[in-house]
Amino acid sequence: MSDADEEVVDAGYDEWVTAVADGEGYYLECENDHGSLPPRRVCPHCGSLDIAEVPLPEAGEIQTFTVTHVATPNFTEDTPYAVCIARFGDVRVTGQMRDVAVEDVEVGLTVEIDVAQTETTGDDLVVFRPR
Amino acid sequence: MSGVRVAGVGLTPFGASPERTGRDLFAEAGCDALADADVDRDDVEALLYGNFMGELAEHQGHQGPLMAEAVGVDAPATRFEAACASSGVAVREGVKRVRNGEADVLMVGGAERMTNLGTAGATEALAIAADDLWEVSAGMTFPGAYALMAQAYFAEYGGSREDLAEIAVKNHDNALINDKAQYQREIDVETVVDAPMVSEPLGLYDSCPISDGAAAVVLVSDEFAAEHGLDASVSITGTGQGGDLMALHDREYLARSPAADEAAEEAYADADVRPGDVDVAEVHDCFTIAEVLALESLGLCEVGEGVSAAADGVTTKDGEMPVNLSGGLKAKGHPVGATGASQICELTMLLRGDHPNSDAVPEAECGLAHNAGGTVASAVVHVLEVVA
Repeated sequence: MSDADEEVVDAGYDEWVTAVADGEGYYLECENDHGSLPPRRVCPHCGSLDIAEVPLPEAGEIQTFTVTHVATPNFTEDTPYAVCIARFGDVRVTGQMRDVAVEDVEVGLTVEIDVAQTETTGDDLVVFRPR
Repeated sequence: MSGVRVAGVGLTPFGASPERTGRDLFAEAGCDALADADVDRDDVEALLYGNFMGELAEHQGHQGPLMAEAVGVDAPATRFEAACASSGVAVREGVKRVRNGEADVLMVGGAERMTNLGTAGATEALAIAADDLWEVSAGMTFPGAYALMAQAYFAEYGGSREDLAEIAVKNHDNALINDKAQYQREIDVETVVDAPMVSEPLGLYDSCPISDGAAAVVLVSDEFAAEHGLDASVSITGTGQGGDLMALHDREYLARSPAADEAAEEAYADADVRPGDVDVAEVHDCFTIAEVLALESLGLCEVGEGVSAAADGVTTKDGEMPVNLSGGLKAKGHPVGATGASQICELTMLLRGDHPNSDAVPEAECGLAHNAGGTVASAVVHVLEVVA
């Protein structure tokens, strides 16, 4: 039992965020070369139990994006912001674009992954920067 | 195996009634369904009830027995949750129970109170249908998720905001004479395209409203309908459900909804009908792009062609395959836990001939309902047919 005011982590996820912030991002690869993100015990693509951490490729590509104007309370001061899905080799990740004006975000943009903080709450979030 | 008749339907008006409690909304729909069915409430053997955000909107869990009490049904009650497909999965469970002889009379439905949360609060509540760790943490809203799919669709198959706008225009047009609809207001393509952006490329008029409302149906076995001389001409003859990975970024396709493909395939096979047999459909158009994905998954359009179906007049009221004659989620409204059951209500009335838009489909004998949860990580499809 933990106290309510004590910060409880999400095991598997929070370590991943720290690793990405340190430039040591990884993903999970199963024996059949399917990529996924932690925490997982089973490959979501084939059911393999044989999964291991491998380094996340440094370069990714934006596959789709949206510029959000109406946000949840946790992101109201961040609007407008671009949420993107980027492919890094065998795995895709969802994050926000940084260092590019929202009107200049486009499919095909080459990016690298990082961790930054939201303007509204200061919470960590996954971001992409042009590479 | 018994057939499953829709003996009665009940719907509250959909719209903004922030002061009305969920229990009051469901009581109205449930009582109307019992009256429409001409079934005694003492005959109801169970309530299967769909609701999504009751904990957030009303600080109320354990809603099954609460809703049974509200409608005066003294029977076991269970809540079903599958995001926006919550009452769709409840209907499916009801169909199975009647078919396998577990029950002769069931009430199935759902309710949602949303507008009391305000726009930001409802946006936050809806977002919990997405993956909290990987999607919500990045600021992905629900309109944002569908916008990601819309952008991917445009990139892969083409289409434009104007094409999507034609879907909103069509569904608003269909709702004009539906007194249960939240928006009985004509709009044009220019209005849709020029509206404020919610999450690009989806604007305010590409999005369904935030709504309060409830829907209920009374399902009975063929035997019960015959013994009690019920006027129940419509049966649910096919049911199917599909699933997909939770987060959009983990899926093979960003611009397709395979869970609905699976649900449709199962429902068609179950009813022994084909897409060409369908006369009228109610599909889950929470956003204009969602209707496109639905049409393609249901086999009503080829992949890549759903985006122009409204513009081409295929799915309009006078088209060969009218879609969302109720107004759809877009114009009728989307109290999420009520939506799946409300589609069954609308189709039943369309097939019986007592829906405001029945004149558009006077010969209709086969209807299709498509209810999706999240970014279609859950999908439920039902086939309804006139059997008497």
